[in-house]
Amino acid sequence: MKSIDFSVKAVEMKNIVKKFGDFTANDQINLTVHKGEVHALLGENGAGKSTLMNVLYGLYQPTSGEIFINGDKKDIIDPNAAITCGIGMVHQHFMLVETFTVAENIVLGMEPTKKGLLDMAKAIKNVEEISKKYGLFVDPNEKIYNISVGMQQRVEILKALYRGADILILDEPTAVLTPQEIKELVQIMRNLTEQGKTIIIITHKLKEIKEVADYCTIIRRGKYIDTVDVSKTTESELASKMVGREVIFEVEKREKEKGKLSLKIDNLVVKNNRGIDAVRGLSLEVFEGEILGLAGIDGNGQSELIESLTGLRPVVSGKIHVNSKEITNKTPLSILENKLSSIPEDRQKRGLVMEYSVAENMVLENYRVKPFSNKGILNHDEIKVFAEKLIDKFDVRTEGPTQVVSALSGGNQQKVIIAREVTNDPDVLVAAQPTRGLDVGAIEFVHKALIELRNENKAVLLVSLELDEIMNIADRIAVIYEGVIVGIMDAKDANENKIGLMMAGGAKDEAI
Amino acid sequence: MKLFDKIKSKVIGLFLKENLKFTLISIFIGFLIGSMTLAVAGFNPFRAYAIMLSGVFGRLNYIAWVIIRSTPLILTGLSITFAFKTGLFNIGAEGQFIIGALVAALAGYFIQLPAIVHIPVVILLAASAAALWGGIAGYLKAKFGVHEVIATIMLNWIALYLTNFVVTLEAVQIPARPVSHNIQPTASLMFFQQWKVTEEGRAWLLDNFLAREILRTPFNAGILFAVILAVVVWYILKHTTLGYELKAVGLNKHAAEYAGINVQKNIVRAMLISGALAGMAGAFHVLGNTQRIAILAAMEGFGFNGIAVALIGGSTAIGVVLSAFLFGALQYGGTKIQLALGAPTEVINIMIGTIVFFIAIPRLIKILLAKFSKKRGEDNA
Repeated sequence: MKSIDFSVKAVEMKNIVKKFGDFTANDQINLTVHKGEVHALLGENGAGKSTLMNVLYGLYQPTSGEIFINGDKKDIIDPNAAITCGIGMVHQHFMLVETFTVAENIVLGMEPTKKGLLDMAKAIKNVEEISKKYGLFVDPNEKIYNISVGMQQRVEILKALYRGADILILDEPTAVLTPQEIKELVQIMRNLTEQGKTIIIITHKLKEIKEVADYCTIIRRGKYIDTVDVSKTTESELASKMVGREVIFEVEKREKEKGKLSLKIDNLVVKNNRGIDAVRGLSLEVFEGEILGLAGIDGNGQSELIESLTGLRPVVSGKIHVNSKEITNKTPLSILENKLSSIPEDRQKRGLVMEYSVAENMVLENYRVKPFSNKGILNHDEIKVFAEKLIDKFDVRTEGPTQVVSALSGGNQQKVIIAREVTNDPDVLVAAQPTRGLDVGAIEFVHKALIELRNENKAVLLVSLELDEIMNIADRIAVIYEGVIVGIMDAKDANENKIGLMMAGGAKDEAI
Repeated sequence: MKLFDKIKSKVIGLFLKENLKFTLISIFIGFLIGSMTLAVAGFNPFRAYAIMLSGVFGRLNYIAWVIIRSTPLILTGLSITFAFKTGLFNIGAEGQFIIGALVAALAGYFIQLPAIVHIPVVILLAASAAALWGGIAGYLKAKFGVHEVIATIMLNWIALYLTNFVVTLEAVQIPARPVSHNIQPTASLMFFQQWKVTEEGRAWLLDNFLAREILRTPFNAGILFAVILAVVVWYILKHTTLGYELKAVGLNKHAAEYAGINVQKNIVRAMLISGALAGMAGAFHVLGNTQRIAILAAMEGFGFNGIAVALIGGSTAIGVVLSAFLFGALQYGGTKIQLALGAPTEVINIMIGTIVFFIAIPRLIKILLAKFSKKRGEDNA
């Protein structure tokens, strides 16, 4: 906090209005960020945070309003103008050339040259210099595809710094990071502000705001709500300002005896895209009336496991049973018919046809059967009625069943998927990162839906990278590491440290 | 009255749609730039367009010719649209057209049946053969991941040389001429083809100006079939589970696969149907217009022009029908300029090419317009 210089307003956005057609994404928003401050921009999905930052970075032009950088009025007509103003942005999805080295990526577009030729040695030296200066350690010679997501993020930050950024915008920087990497990022942000940099982070994770931000501006439905001193507020106050109502963090869950065996995975081996075993002899049992949380760091075989369960990836060896019926290597359709449904990991890639309407997406797995179709002819009326019912029941915020699903916010898109999968009446639900990228309001909703399913005596396998989430709603917790289960425990007996260690590959024996 | 209101609001709604607006602006800009190419080549663009306009609408038989020329384009346009909805780029409509025409010519000549049976049999055979031709590319894509663009380009050449080979067979070719025998009259779709050349027919036509105008041309039933097929394609895409699956695969094959839709099967199905549509284009072209096939020095371009038709038509069935008429009119009207102004074919083709180029890229026009209006906005500020 000592690094903040209150005499300099690094960024001042005044009465920013941004309209897309009839839709007002930003309605008279004000934002003031002082030099040397970490300023969090908090809001639900679709609240207009990213829009506001895209305006600041010159990707969008505001409909009205003014922007001042260090006190001077600026017209930021495109990202180049933003860079000239000393603004850098790290997007949620990195923009790196995978086959280039770290140094090559950082200097790309501003390469040092010697007699018109690329001077790679100088480039590497430059990268090492700024890397040392800000405590962002990277190996300049490593190829991007060889380094972790956390490292890639550092490269993105260095790229912005290399271009002379004094003001850094980080869009949901922790969404893809492991808990350890998040800690490192927090440290990096502190280093940067100590060196006089100003940071704006877009986020909806309250915990991080408390940890790293000095001030926080809250936006709800395109409108400015408040700017608060983070040290003088609480997580629940932030949450209720963001959502506009009280939010319950603890989920209510009644005690329940577990029933009979529902999903049985036996000695499963599955390869990843590169042909290497990603799931290596994994066995796991999920019972009726329980939520089994599968914890683990990304890339330990979770994706391959889920894809093999849903029939999207071949099983090399081992067996999968649902209610003692074998579904190993069955087609996705046949697995659905055997009452295993799933909430896919990547909702926009697997879960939805983005150009289809809400109604069309809601029958994506049921369009073949009556009453939605008869002898190959769709019954649009029945589909619409069905969709209206689900929209109502699952509180999907949409203009109506005919609206295209891409126009919905992330949380509402997820609700469409959950509505569809839950209405399938599955015996087993595989929920893969069901709350990724969602705000607290939507997370609360998803958790309730999962618990409801459990209370109806269904088996739920919850695969998540968020340990908090698993600790919060699972009945039992299994930890996956390098494609095998390294420990299973009752949620009551679980403690975060022990699981964290197991996730990192330590303390195997203790737990089993 | 109620129906009228409904139609009116539909039409107005259509015009308010962004895409249509940009298509119309693009057409206008296309003609503008086309006029420049004419001017550069030393011809008066105003005169040229005036000639074109009267050459297309001036007489009833001109309009009939435009319709005749548009008929195969509607179907190849539909063929490409259909494949496109499943995410496939069917460059092979040309080859499928050739196969359809070949089979129609053979079945129309060799098979002897009463007209009521003969016509459907010929169409069915031609459509099936072309469906298989397209299906080969679909199968290769689904089974081995061979890109459909590569596969269909190769199949186009195979189709071309196969036809040229078959036409030269003794049983098929008219001796010493580079064409096949004419199809049996029972297979022809031309209206009153026999009657209009009889004494009685001629006498009647002499007294009936309108009918005479139209029947001077090989006006035929192909257009009816083409429009009906456009409706069928629209219905399949909009109202059937087949269309729902095909579109889902085209829009997001990952989600389709996840939801239990067989992606491979749908790729093959889409190519079969796409091929059948292009094949019917070839069949109607032979049965309605040419009555035979000739040895081809190069591909005729019905399939390739179908790509432009589909693009301009915005990949909707109704759009394809309209853009096929526009395309047919351009081609037919272009020949009139050539005759009247003495402009070389090449200049006319460059003009048509320029117009189509600009029509086919409403996206670019959109970007240009956005830039333009932004600039103006800044000046005001």
